[in-house]
Amino acid sequence: MMRALSWQSLVAVLLLLAALFQLPLANVPIAMTAPAVAWTTLILVYGFLLAGIGADTFMRSRLWRGIVLFLCAHLATVFLFTLISDENGLARPGFYVVLAACWLLAWRCVEILSGLQPRSRAGRIILALIIPAIFGAWILIIWEAVTRGLGIPFILLPPPSAVFTKLIFSLSVIAADVNQTIFKAVLAGYLMGCASGFVAAILADRFPFMRRGLLPIGNLVSALPMIGIAPIMVMWFGFDWQSKAAVVVIMTFFPMLVNTVAGLAVTSTMERDLMRTYAAGYWQTLFKLRLPAAGPFVFNALKINSTLALIGAIVAEFFGTPVVGMGFRISTEVGRMNVDMVWAEIAVAAIIGSLFYGGVALVERAVTFWHPSFRNGKA
Amino acid sequence: MSEARGNRIIPVLVMLIAIVAIWYAGTYFMNAPFQRDLDRRAGVTRSSGDLFIATMTQPKPTLPAPHQVATNFFENTFLRKITSNRSLIYHAGVTLSSTLLGFVIGTVLGILIAVGIVHFTSLDRSLMPWIIASQTIPILALAPMIIVVLAAVNLTGLLPKALISTYLSFFPVAVGMVKGLRSPEIINLDLMHTYHASKAQTFWKLRLPASVPFLFASMKVAIAASLVGAIVGELPTGAVAGIGSKLLAGSYYSQTIDMFAALVAGSLVAVLLVTAVDVVGAIVQRRMGARPS
Repeated sequence: MMRALSWQSLVAVLLLLAALFQLPLANVPIAMTAPAVAWTTLILVYGFLLAGIGADTFMRSRLWRGIVLFLCAHLATVFLFTLISDENGLARPGFYVVLAACWLLAWRCVEILSGLQPRSRAGRIILALIIPAIFGAWILIIWEAVTRGLGIPFILLPPPSAVFTKLIFSLSVIAADVNQTIFKAVLAGYLMGCASGFVAAILADRFPFMRRGLLPIGNLVSALPMIGIAPIMVMWFGFDWQSKAAVVVIMTFFPMLVNTVAGLAVTSTMERDLMRTYAAGYWQTLFKLRLPAAGPFVFNALKINSTLALIGAIVAEFFGTPVVGMGFRISTEVGRMNVDMVWAEIAVAAIIGSLFYGGVALVERAVTFWHPSFRNGKA
Repeated sequence: MSEARGNRIIPVLVMLIAIVAIWYAGTYFMNAPFQRDLDRRAGVTRSSGDLFIATMTQPKPTLPAPHQVATNFFENTFLRKITSNRSLIYHAGVTLSSTLLGFVIGTVLGILIAVGIVHFTSLDRSLMPWIIASQTIPILALAPMIIVVLAAVNLTGLLPKALISTYLSFFPVAVGMVKGLRSPEIINLDLMHTYHASKAQTFWKLRLPASVPFLFASMKVAIAASLVGAIVGELPTGAVAGIGSKLLAGSYYSQTIDMFAALVAGSLVAVLLVTAVDVVGAIVQRRMGARPS
């Protein structure tokens, strides 16, 4: 069955035609003379792209169209990159035109996949992972294409592949930094800060006078640039991880306090009356009714704090550390112009931050499974 | 009414007084060891009352006393010329300018992203997870990087710092606006359908007005985040001017009083900015016909 050409496919065809007038797509490095290989690659790239466009136009099943498009667009991209992988700055305008065609097909693929409504749970989860993954991959692809293809100076912006190589080759250094910053400073500070904020919230709940006094102050403080206390903490607690943990404690305390107090207030009079008819005391009501009801708020604070804790510890290290730690590494390697190392540290920090956040979110799902936002509208 | 207000203000006052009292006690206990050490070397013996006073007047205390901070803040704010390098108003102004620039760019960016997400499903499915993930990246770690990169392409001064603020402030706006643009209920959207309204008309006449309360709520968060970005952005710039540089200089020379005064200035700026957004939001919403709740 022939459908109307999707606009992405149409533009891709036009781009492919335009690229034919821009041959060759990339300069061949002087040291190498094998133009035949470039022709095979070119034919492969065009073949995959045209196959993708064909699949988009003629295939019936949405799922298979998505899968074929996905494979074709990305295989074409892989082969396209072999053209410029030998040296920096090889790409000619045609390269980017063809890359744009690949990108359009990937976009079309995402559009088709977004329209799918899989019935099984596993299918939904896979789809929810793969669509953002394609988007993320294309950010890296374009980044790589621009930095490698144009030969952008390494110091300005290293290509992702170089960052990855650096990451792999300096794993031991990075592992030591992660151990210092994350496992010592962040975790200790996070646990202490969240726990003390939680306890303070329960105290504030027990004594209404304290709540009325603390809440406005807490709200005010959460708007303040608390990161500014980092240099003071470094001065008080020394250069090692204790000072970073102290910064994290102070940064995480107030979000926890404010959110927990708000969460403890969500139960309605009706529910509290029911507890009273059961002759439940303050603590029973707290543990059986109000704390579970406050769960979503507490987890919200835990999630906010997971990112605040990382930021606090890393920035605090800018003000002084022993010669290990992620913030220390970032600030010194910037000074030494080893930007690939800096980006490697940032990538690691990003991955750890996401894992941290994701972990808290998973626990949240397990603990507050009853909350409407996790039931997808089903009772 | 007045009783209710008293009920609200008295606990806050008591807490504030308690905090100041704890602060003074902390000042004594944190500064006393150093003072004793000094006295021992100088061969001075002090009575305990004398020692207490001495801990309150050290030039470079571990923890400055509240009145020292207040005096320093007052001197550097009101008694100096605004153009002076030591004036806190001058430094706050530098920070404020990059905060505001970053905030404006971030808000516009956040709104644009939200509009895109609400109108294209593929953007919603592919971009939204990354927006959330972007905030789990400790972006402030990027601050030195961004400044170095932009300095290499001859971009220095306001914009690099503002970009860090932008990164921090676009997120709350984008998330809040997505929620806001989706806040009209199906019944309202159906009414627009019966009017045969186009997508653009639905957007301008229904979705956008409905999202205004969400916009201002998220802008309050965004401007606070923006200020944090500006302060941290000043750290690696070589600390020329701004509240962040004041903090850095203070930490180099152990001038705790200066650091605390800079913190107070930063906090005041934060309070002013958040209040300003709040007031503008209230005015706009009243103009749009919202009833004061």
